[in-house]
Amino acid sequence: MYLKSLLLTLFSSVFFTAMSQTENNSIPAVDIQNLNGTTFNTSDLKNDGNPIIINFWATWCSPCKRELNNITEMYDMWVEETGVKLVAVSIDDTRNIAKVAPYVNGKGWEYDVYLDPNGDFKRALGVNNVPHTFLVDGNGQIVWQHNSYSEGDEYELFELVQKLADGETIE
Amino acid sequence: MTHTLLRKGNSFKLFILTVFIIFSGSVKAQSFDQVMSKGKIRGNFQLDMQYYQEDTIIGAEEVPERILSNGFLNLVYTNGGFSAGFRYESYMNALLGFPEGYQGNGIPYRYASFDQKQFSITVGNFYEQFGNGLAFRTYEERGLGYDNAMDGIRIKYRPLKGVEITGLTGKQRLFFDYGEGIVRGLDADVYMNDLIPRLKESKTRILLGASAVSKYQADQDSRFVLPENVALFGGRANITRGRFNLNTEYAYKVNDPSADNNFIYRPGEALFIQTSYSQKGLGIVLAAKRNDNMSFRSDRGESLQNLLINFIPALTKQHTYNLLATLYPYATQLNGEMAFQADLIYKFKKGTLLGGKRGMDIQLNYSTANNLDTTRLNDEDGKRLGYEADYFDVGEVYFKDFNVMLTKKFSSKVKGRFTYANLVYDQDVIEGKPGAPKIYANIGIADVTYKFDIRNSIRTEAQFLITEQDQGDWATLLIEYSYSPHWFVAFLDQYNYGNPDPSKRVHYYNGSFGYNDKGNRITLSYGRQRAGIFCVGGVCRVVPASSGVFLSITSSF
Repeated sequence: MYLKSLLLTLFSSVFFTAMSQTENNSIPAVDIQNLNGTTFNTSDLKNDGNPIIINFWATWCSPCKRELNNITEMYDMWVEETGVKLVAVSIDDTRNIAKVAPYVNGKGWEYDVYLDPNGDFKRALGVNNVPHTFLVDGNGQIVWQHNSYSEGDEYELFELVQKLADGETIE
Repeated sequence: MTHTLLRKGNSFKLFILTVFIIFSGSVKAQSFDQVMSKGKIRGNFQLDMQYYQEDTIIGAEEVPERILSNGFLNLVYTNGGFSAGFRYESYMNALLGFPEGYQGNGIPYRYASFDQKQFSITVGNFYEQFGNGLAFRTYEERGLGYDNAMDGIRIKYRPLKGVEITGLTGKQRLFFDYGEGIVRGLDADVYMNDLIPRLKESKTRILLGASAVSKYQADQDSRFVLPENVALFGGRANITRGRFNLNTEYAYKVNDPSADNNFIYRPGEALFIQTSYSQKGLGIVLAAKRNDNMSFRSDRGESLQNLLINFIPALTKQHTYNLLATLYPYATQLNGEMAFQADLIYKFKKGTLLGGKRGMDIQLNYSTANNLDTTRLNDEDGKRLGYEADYFDVGEVYFKDFNVMLTKKFSSKVKGRFTYANLVYDQDVIEGKPGAPKIYANIGIADVTYKFDIRNSIRTEAQFLITEQDQGDWATLLIEYSYSPHWFVAFLDQYNYGNPDPSKRVHYYNGSFGYNDKGNRITLSYGRQRAGIFCVGGVCRVVPASSGVFLSITSSF
C-alpha cells in the first residue's frame, strides 16, 4: 500500500509538473545517423538562434517527397529571408537506406539529411506516420507540428517560420 | 491466460519500482522541482475502427462483431538522459487481416532507460538493430501489426571515441505474450576515423562492425536431437569516399533446424552488398544479396512474421501506387534467394532538349529475385543437410520488376509523374499458391496535379494493369481535392474490368475525407476494400476483401 501511494504521488507530480511546463519542449536527445553511417546526437541540432524545420520522410512515401521537392524550389529564398534550416530525417530501413543519398543529391536537395533506421527519434517525438513536420524556434523549443502533406501546406509552414524569425510566438 | 496476465502485472510493478529507484538516484543532488521542470511528456495515439458490411459481390463476409477496432497510446517521459515510457494497445477485436494473436487490451511495451556519455542502459522493451539487421533487428510496424520488440536488458558502452559496444538479452514479443526462446546479442561498431588519429582527416570514412547473436530454446522434440543454442555471427563495413559509398555485411548461422527449413541441419548464410554514387542531379545504386537458409526465430516452430530475430530486406523497389503496391508486391524468401537491384535517378536540367523550360526528372529501376540453384541430398535419415547450393548459380525467377518514372512540371499550375512498370511475379512461391501460374503484368500510371491557387489543388491518378493471368486487367482512378492546410476529400475506384470471370468484373469504389490540424488527423471513408497485400517497410500483410465505414484518428502530442 505504501509503495502504491508513493508511486501515485511520484507519477502524478511528474505528470503535472511536466504538463505545466510550457517552456521546456526542447528536441529530445537521441542517436541517429549521418548519411555516411556515423552517429549523430539530435541534441546537436542547432541553427545559431534561427528556426529549424524537422521533417520526417521516407523514400517510399509519395506525399513526403512531394512536400520536400516543393519546398526545395523555394528553399534558397526561405533561408535568405529567415535563416531557417530544414532537417530531413529519413525513416527508411535497410531495404531503401542506400537510396537516400542518391535521391537527395539526384533531386538537388540542400537540406541537412539524417537517417533514423531504428525509429528512435521518431518514437521520441511521438510520430505516427510520415510525413510529419516539427517547427523549432530560435531557443531550440518545438513550437508547432503537422502530420501529412497536401499541396500548398508549405505556405502555411513558411508563414510560421517568418513569424518565428520576426520574434513572434506561435499559438 | 490468467497466468500470463498475472505475470505481466508483477513485471509491471517491478518495472515501476526500477524506474523509481533509478529516478530517485538522480534526484538526490537537486531539489525535486528543479529536476522535474526539465522533464517532458510526449506521445501519440491512434485509433482505427471499421464498421463491416456483408458484400457478397466482392466476397466480403459478414463480421459477427460488426465493428472492429485497433488502438494504441504511446507515452514517453524524458528528462535529460532519463527516459521511460509505455504503450497501451487495444484490439476490440482486431481489424480483419491483422494477425489473430492480437486480442484484448494491455500494456505490452514499457521501458526505462538512462543515458550517460559513456554508457546507456535500457530495461524493459526496446527496439534495436545491428548493422543492416542481418544478425539482429527488432522493430515495429503498427499499421501491419508487426512488433517483435525485445523485453530484457540492453547496455551500450562507449569505451573510446569511435567505439560503441552493445550487449543485450531478453525475450521477444509475440502478440500479448513472449516467444519461448531467450535471445542474447553482442555488437561492436568502430568508426576508424575517430579511433585512429592518422585517419582523422582522411577523405575515406570507414565504419566497421561485428556482431554475435545466440538464442536458447529447450529441445522437446521426440523425432530429432535439436541444438538448444543456436549462434549467428556477422561482420560488416561501411565505407564512404566523397560521393561514393559501399555498404556490405555478411552473416553466418550454425545449424538451426526449424519449421521454416523442414528441420534440416544445414548452416545458413547471407551476404548483402550495396554501393551508391551520387552528385547533384545524379544518383546511382547497385545492390546484390544472397541469403541461404537464413530464417532466424526465437521459436523454431514459428512461422509468418512471428519472432524473427534478424531482418533480410527485399531488394526490390517499394512502390506506392495502389495497383503496383498491393496486387503483386515482393517479400523476401527467407529459405533462399539471390537478388539484384539497380536504381538510377537523373535530372535533365532546365533549358536542355529533354529538360525543357522547367527541367525533368527520370528514375529507372530494375530488380530481380531468384531462387538458389540447389540440389537435393535425400539425406533425411542421415545428416539431414537437406540440399547443396552452388554459391554463384542463379535459379529460377521469383520476381522481376523493371520500371521508369518521369516527373515533370508543365507550368506553375500543372505537374505530372508518369510511371511504366513491367512485372514478373511467381504466385506459387510468393503467396504459397501451389500450381498458380507466373504472372506477367504491364502497368502504366499517370499522376497529375493541378493547382488552382496556394490553397486549392486537385490530384488525379489513372492506373492500368494489364495481365493475362490471375484476375486479369485492372484500372484505377483516383481524384483527390485538397484545401491546404486542413482538408482533403478523395474518391477512388478500382475496376477489375478484365477478370476472366464476367461476374467478378467489379468496381471497388471508396470515398474519403479528412481533416488535420497540427499533430491531429481524422479520416473517414466509406466503400469497398479489395483483397490485397499491404506492405509497409518491407513487411506485407494479406488483407481480405471488406466493405463498410472506416474511421481513423491519429494524434501526436
